[in-house]
Amino acid sequence: MAAIEILALEKTYSVGFWRKKPRQALRPLNLTVQEGEIFGFLGPNGAGKTTTLKLLMGLIFPTSGSARILGMEIDDPRMKAQIGFLPEQPYFYDYLTARELLVYFGQLSGVDPKQRSRKVNEVLQRVGLPDAGGVQLRKFSKGMLQRVGIAQAILHDPKVVFFDEPMSGLDPMGRREVRDLMERLKHEGKTVFFSTHILSDAEALCDRVAIINKGELQGVGAVADLTSSVHGKVELVWQGPAVPSSLRALGADCHVTGETVRAIISESDQDAAIEALRRERLRLISVTPVRTSLEDYYLQILQPAAATSGARA
Amino acid sequence: MSASRKVSLIFSILLLGCVAASVLLLRRLDQMRTGATLDEVLYISSPKLLKRLSLGYDGLLADIYWTRAVQYFGSKHHEGARRYDLLAPLLEITTTLDPHLLVAYEYGANFLAPKSPAGGGMPDRAIELEEFGIRNNPNDWRLYYNEGFIRYMELQDYAGAAEVFARGARVPNAHPFLAVLAGKMAEHAGDSQMAKMMWSTTYQTTKDNTVRANAAAHLRALQVDDDVTSLELLTGRYQQQTGHFPSSFSDLQAAGLLRGTPVDPLGHPYKLMSDGRVEVREPDDLPFIQRGMPQGYVPPDAPKFLPAD
Amino acid sequence: MSARIAHIASNTFREAVRDRVLYNLIVFALLMSGAAILVGQISIDIERLVVINLGLTAVSLFGLVIAIFIGIGLVSKEIEKRTLYTVLSRPVRRWEFIVGKFFGLAGTLAVNTFFMAIGVFVSLLYVSHHFQKQDGWVLVALYFIVLQFLIITALTLFFSSFSSPLLSAVFAFSLFVIGSFAEDLRGFAAMSQGVTRWLATGAAYLVPNFSALNVISSVAHANPVPGQLILYNSAYALVYAAMALCGAVLVFERRNLK
Repeated sequence: MAAIEILALEKTYSVGFWRKKPRQALRPLNLTVQEGEIFGFLGPNGAGKTTTLKLLMGLIFPTSGSARILGMEIDDPRMKAQIGFLPEQPYFYDYLTARELLVYFGQLSGVDPKQRSRKVNEVLQRVGLPDAGGVQLRKFSKGMLQRVGIAQAILHDPKVVFFDEPMSGLDPMGRREVRDLMERLKHEGKTVFFSTHILSDAEALCDRVAIINKGELQGVGAVADLTSSVHGKVELVWQGPAVPSSLRALGADCHVTGETVRAIISESDQDAAIEALRRERLRLISVTPVRTSLEDYYLQILQPAAATSGARA
Repeated sequence: MSASRKVSLIFSILLLGCVAASVLLLRRLDQMRTGATLDEVLYISSPKLLKRLSLGYDGLLADIYWTRAVQYFGSKHHEGARRYDLLAPLLEITTTLDPHLLVAYEYGANFLAPKSPAGGGMPDRAIELEEFGIRNNPNDWRLYYNEGFIRYMELQDYAGAAEVFARGARVPNAHPFLAVLAGKMAEHAGDSQMAKMMWSTTYQTTKDNTVRANAAAHLRALQVDDDVTSLELLTGRYQQQTGHFPSSFSDLQAAGLLRGTPVDPLGHPYKLMSDGRVEVREPDDLPFIQRGMPQGYVPPDAPKFLPAD
Repeated sequence: MSARIAHIASNTFREAVRDRVLYNLIVFALLMSGAAILVGQISIDIERLVVINLGLTAVSLFGLVIAIFIGIGLVSKEIEKRTLYTVLSRPVRRWEFIVGKFFGLAGTLAVNTFFMAIGVFVSLLYVSHHFQKQDGWVLVALYFIVLQFLIITALTLFFSSFSSPLLSAVFAFSLFVIGSFAEDLRGFAAMSQGVTRWLATGAAYLVPNFSALNVISSVAHANPVPGQLILYNSAYALVYAAMALCGAVLVFERRNLK
């Protein structure tokens, strides 16, 4: 069963007081996430990532379309018992201590009263706040609040967790811990859906990603598939220091270091470049394909010129 | 969406139910509490304290108490009440809160002073009210007029009335009748000419519909009294001339004693009785008449002098 | 369902307490003690009157202020600060949230009134030296004041579900003032004509009827409160509060959170 099914989900806001101008925050979105996946939802700020999450959580209502989580409609309370949500820059009742907050949320999520305090302690351990249970939340730093946020999202052992920018506010150590935690969640059989604009995290963690921009889905797929679709680049190294003008004409990126020149050119220009070197009788040292990163794919797909590639399944 | 729609539907029905229930309960509560708000007036032992407690909003509070006074009087009158116990406190509180609310003093003179069932039957308290009004509005002739009116009508204190009228006549822009009333008091005290003059003054100068209607009723009554007196003089003369009383007004007309058919101020012809007395056709419509009432007539509990009657 | 409502209610209560709301009791205690001592030295007959009038009026006004101050933020603060996000992502129905908040604040006010009641009776004991039978009616007056709180709480909660805190405070306070003169308003309506009459009558019946719930001066004069009045007032307050709550639920149910 698909963990998350989004069917033509759309959100349009009417902005302005008199003449209502519609603003499409999310164009009809179709997306499916399988159980047990770590799914990354990428896009620049204002692309519609948070809007999508708020629609899924029932915080705002769609203009049209629908979605199902674990086969249940998004306004079904039984479904909510099996999901966890970490919002962006979470804010909690600052007059409560961390433990009180988690106990309260445990009560609301229907955690068995006998298990409650054990689970709260466990989850505090898991997010790296073993001693902060009795501290009032108003004294927490941003990073600590983020951890509490994660804690309340996984406290009740949900099957699907939704994280909105889980790494924000964390130092590199913290980010590493969160990445490890997300891996462990996957190993426990949970589905993780998270949005981020930090591509390296997505590349390292995700099974599949979707990229969204200006409310519209731009691309979806496994990381490897997506990166391989990008026009590759090769690195040419030759004995310099001369750089043939024809190579410069190809728009190559040339760096001269001592006696060698390195240039990155696109794969399609590879033959023309080698030909140019041969004509100039320059000695070719190496030709190495450069591994395309998700960033390359991302930047490519977000460029308006590359919009011809369209959305790919 | 269905779960959310269901909730909205349930709560909408619940809302409508609650609205209906609250309206019904309110009506029941109002029935239980008629006059309860007003009874609380009796607990305000110090209107001055109330004024201080109103924190400067005394004008608004005065208007509220004034409205309560009007409603109180109107509803009690309709019930045919014989006592208006709360009228005096209501007027006193109103005027303490707003000493310049002139219409309240008018009510004092026209409805607090007169004897029941036309009024509260408290002329002394009414005079205190007017004196309070004079102290606070020394240049308003109407307050002197009100006090003189009460002294004349209810207390028959002609000397006192003349004195107050004279004082009032000296006030700038005083109504010219005040001087006239003061002057005529010595010889005409107690006669209908004075009464007519006073009721006309009230009728012409008041801005309140209720007071005006009351004055009109009194003027009509005075007219009736005069008419009946003169008509009975004529029937007496006829009897002397012919040895028997006239059987109808045409007899009087034939004898040259009368021109036309006499009608009362409401337009109904008078009735000529066999013993020479003259009576009005609809005594219920003419409160305050002293003459022309049918024998054994008992006036209704609620004399018809308010505009709504 | 009821467990979740109870949890939300108790958390709302906890928030009020940690917001140091109950400190108002100290001010109240000082006020009552001062008044009792002062009045005890002035004149004989009216101390009981003054203590009851002052005490009950203070209970009513303090509670009104608390109800409005806390009530206006009950929903709007949670939306503004986005603390609602992690609450509504749980199996909590939106209407349970509203009802829970209502009971939380109502409970806070009831507890507050309970302590104030003790203060009033202690002052009463101080000036009269012994309890009289009529003092029992003071309890009824206090009960009516709590009923007033239920209505005000429900109303401010209703306004809080769609309006900013400032506007909510203005609306709630205005309704309190108008509601205190509700009977006069109905009188005005009965005296007017035409369209004004319909509008005024409509308004007069929708406005909360606080005048019937105010028996302070009556009780101060040791008058009994008729049993029927107690019955009907209770029913009315519950129905009216429920009405405002339904309004709040209906607004909140379809509200897009920012």
